[in-house]
Amino acid sequence: MTRFWTRLIVVLTVILGVNYVAWRWMASLNWEAWWIAVPLVIAETYSLIDVMLFGLTVWNIKFRKPPPPAPADATVDVFITTYNEPLDLVMTTALAAKNITWPHSTWILDDGDRPEMRELAESNGIGYVTRGAEWTPDMPRHAKAGNLNNALMVTSGEYLLILDADQIPEPDILDKTLGYFNDDKVALVQTPQYFINVPADDPLGSQAPLFYGPIQQGKDGWNAAFFCGSNAILRREALMQLGLVGYVKATEKSVRRALAASRTAIKKARRSPEAENPLVEQMLNQVEAATESAQKELEAGASLSEITYRVRRQVDDAVRTLVAADFSALQSDLEEIAAMELAHVGESGVTTVASDAVDRMSGRDWSPLGALESVHAVLDAISVERTDEAQPIMPLATISVTEDMATAMRLHGLGWKSVYHHEILALGLAPEDVKTMLTQRLRWAQGTMQVLLRENPLVQRRLTWGQRLMYFSTMWTYLSGFAAVVYFAAPIIYLTLGILPVNSISFDFFIRFIPFMVVNQLLFLVAGHGIPTWRGQQYSLALFPTWIKACTTAARNVWFGRPLGFAVTPKARQSGGPSWSLIRPQIIVAVLLAVALVVGLIRLLAGMSEPLGTLVNVAWVAFDLVVLSVLVKAVLYKGFEPEVVGPERPEERNANAV
Amino acid sequence: MQFSYEVNDSYAEVKSVGRLNMVAAPKLREVVNEVVAGGSSRVVVNLAETDFMDSSGLGALIGCLKAARQAGGDLRIAGVQPQVKMVLELTNMDRVLTAYPTAEAAFGDD
Repeated sequence: MTRFWTRLIVVLTVILGVNYVAWRWMASLNWEAWWIAVPLVIAETYSLIDVMLFGLTVWNIKFRKPPPPAPADATVDVFITTYNEPLDLVMTTALAAKNITWPHSTWILDDGDRPEMRELAESNGIGYVTRGAEWTPDMPRHAKAGNLNNALMVTSGEYLLILDADQIPEPDILDKTLGYFNDDKVALVQTPQYFINVPADDPLGSQAPLFYGPIQQGKDGWNAAFFCGSNAILRREALMQLGLVGYVKATEKSVRRALAASRTAIKKARRSPEAENPLVEQMLNQVEAATESAQKELEAGASLSEITYRVRRQVDDAVRTLVAADFSALQSDLEEIAAMELAHVGESGVTTVASDAVDRMSGRDWSPLGALESVHAVLDAISVERTDEAQPIMPLATISVTEDMATAMRLHGLGWKSVYHHEILALGLAPEDVKTMLTQRLRWAQGTMQVLLRENPLVQRRLTWGQRLMYFSTMWTYLSGFAAVVYFAAPIIYLTLGILPVNSISFDFFIRFIPFMVVNQLLFLVAGHGIPTWRGQQYSLALFPTWIKACTTAARNVWFGRPLGFAVTPKARQSGGPSWSLIRPQIIVAVLLAVALVVGLIRLLAGMSEPLGTLVNVAWVAFDLVVLSVLVKAVLYKGFEPEVVGPERPEERNANAV
Repeated sequence: MQFSYEVNDSYAEVKSVGRLNMVAAPKLREVVNEVVAGGSSRVVVNLAETDFMDSSGLGALIGCLKAARQAGGDLRIAGVQPQVKMVLELTNMDRVLTAYPTAEAAFGDD
């Protein structure tokens, strides 16, 4: 029944929304003030697409029944990821994890490599994993994704429950979720993230009831429920398969690139003075022939291990021949070589070069000729060892600082299914100060934009259109910062300068705008079963500087290789008084809005503007100020007081509504 | 699952019998590392009696390939059964590893 009403309202929203925005584009633009008229209509179009994508999400909303029991022999590893969280916080989670009733092994994945953590883990009978020796300092670490990938190589459970260090699991978390994996194609079961240190009015907007509710349930209906990094169970086989497919792709790409680069390097080596030596020339010819035949074999479909092995052998032989020839030509050097203990006097009394001397002199670390150095470097890259990563198989995606979304998208691309289980089975801690909260939101937004720019879901051919749009929808919401700027600017411009972005504020406007707005709010009300969504709406506008920064830094990172300025979200509250400086752009906007209000009223009294236009824009400014007011509350928030009880008991929130 | 190995003149043969899955994968890595550390970097993993392999098993093979290559040798697979062949194709791993008919044939040309 809910589904019927939801769908009805979605249809109405789309009809009325298109009716309004089409009219805005075609009949209402004030071209004389195009510089604000066009941005405003674009912002409104953005918002219409946003609500249409939300409508599409809830169109297929899925209310799941509890799964059947799982086979009793299903093996599980519980991973608790930590970097720098306080030891007692990690141990609280680890001990709760140890108490999970389904048979399992518990592991602390300590990226901080802290001896005290290891000791605590071991004394409590909990596994401890830290990066292996292969993670040398010159290898990219890939943060949490790297931490998990490392642990995957040293554990062997069929399923993995992943928990952030502050997410305390319920003992029955596995009993309630493992059964979904009876379907062989299910790779992921995500449960909600719920925070216990948040007061009823949620000043920092920590709870995400709309996301861990209708949005995930809607995505689930399209087989696109997201992996959110914690409180999720994953199938090892699916992750390993992802790792293998990624390995093959990366290896083929690097071999192709290295073969192309070696041609350039050989050309360059031919121009160097040493190349005039006929021996060197001959060697370069051999190397070139080796890479050319490798290229042909690659096109013919030979296996990469064979090709790379052969190239390596042929090049090594060529270098060896050169060095050996060099030796025989330089008899006079033999004594010196003897002094180096590389040669010995043979039984016949003739000084010979020890066979291993040639081996040693032609070793990879010893370049016989300067000109070959670049050739050597490139040839080293013709390999299947994936020398640029600590481990060849990297199951969790490393293209984004939020590894979860990218991993889920790739799993869906391989044809795996995901499940959203709408029941709180782990209780976590949310940030308790604005600074930490902003850092966290920035990171999520940056990660999401990285995925959009690196693997745009709209062009992933192996995803269904529903899945593509579900991923795209989440990315689209993070563009709201740009629209917010326009929504703040337009009423300020009207009230202070009298410039209206529309032809006139008339009956035509209201008859189209108001029904759309009403049905839009109704959609959130019905789809959300009355869950509070206002806080989320406020933050999606009020954090506009964060969203814009996320877009620009992610774009610079992906296109120009610039660092993101990424920081791990601290779990402990940051000390110090209210930090107003963190929301300076929003304060400036609020002051401008207030000034506009005063100027607008003066202009009205002076007869310089029409009452209706002023009224609409005053209302608009008031709305903007109410939206921004959430930040005042946030900055003044002094952290969670335990005696204040959260909104409801978590059990009561578990609306497994059918 | 059990592993055994035999070192001959030109290569070492590691026999894998039974199911090469996520439980057996770390063991395979251990055995191959032992073989390579013992000085035989040319390794053939004989899969003639491996009736099941999963992605973790394949992942272990890649880890072993890396170890053998870094020691200056190579790792090859032989005697692939239908299920294993299917897994190789499903993950595109047949683009990386050539499946030789027998252990003797694996280093036959080399």
